[in-house]
Amino acid sequence: MASFIEYLDMGGYARYVWPAYIIVVAAITLNIYTARRALKRAREAALRRLATKTEPVEQLRSQVGNAQ
Amino acid sequence: MAWTWFHKLGSPPYVFRLAETLTPWFWWISAVLIGYGLIGGLVISPADYQQGEGYRILYVHAPTAWMSLQVYVVMAVASAVGLIWRIKVAHAAAASCGSMGATFTACALATGSLWGGPMWGTYWEWDPRIIFELVLLFQFLGYVGLRAAIDDKQRADRICAVLAIVGVVNIPIIHYSVEWWNSLHQTASVMKLGSKPTMPMSMLMPLMSMFLGYVALFGALLLTRLRAELLSRERSASWIREAVHA
Repeated sequence: MASFIEYLDMGGYARYVWPAYIIVVAAITLNIYTARRALKRAREAALRRLATKTEPVEQLRSQVGNAQ
Repeated sequence: MAWTWFHKLGSPPYVFRLAETLTPWFWWISAVLIGYGLIGGLVISPADYQQGEGYRILYVHAPTAWMSLQVYVVMAVASAVGLIWRIKVAHAAAASCGSMGATFTACALATGSLWGGPMWGTYWEWDPRIIFELVLLFQFLGYVGLRAAIDDKQRADRICAVLAIVGVVNIPIIHYSVEWWNSLHQTASVMKLGSKPTMPMSMLMPLMSMFLGYVALFGALLLTRLRAELLSRERSASWIREAVHA
């Protein structure tokens, strides 16, 4: 136990070493989360577009038609 | 004939499927290498004869700093390819790099500051390499901000591509800054032309593992973001039907 606490102390550098590792691990986790969320959202948006079964050009045409 | 694979990389459906196949491999490779790098850096490698245990920040600082430069180079090259040959996939890849690069650069500055605290006696020094790394952070943030400010995606692609290509001038400045000017930052210990790394293998192995792990991680993140970009860009393409149902 004493050696573990000694290890955590990092020879007196604990308050520099551990925050550096925490920052990097947090940044990696954040990047993984945001990238996967972006893909999930793009997939959901694509599914919604498919559900309407109209292509954007056709949607625009119908909007122009309604305005006239 | 030999160039057909290269032309295929301009096709969104082909790249989407390729990215889908490759992404899990990149995730696993990065998990193994970064896992070994972290254990190696924190436990296995010996303490430094001058900096004691404090030098262990190296294992997270150096790979993030290398990565920040590499992400920018990838972004600039993809931008140039997109601008010159009008390849949509290349623009989508460049767009995927911005926020990742900003986080890697911010991490390099933050971990460097934490290392500078005990070793240099200051968390911040107006030192050439640190100033230009800070400029790199602003370049990434500017790139992300500019892209978000332009509604027309094709216009955003072209303008942001020019910004990314012009900004690449900062990369050699950062790399050679420690040789060109009298710098507080130490010179290269690993990537030195014509000479061996000035580091024992027990310290070098975890560092190289971290570095390669970061490359694989960047690959996985880039391919995931690229798939999202391609899905949101290719609105009317029929292949999206297959892609989302797959």
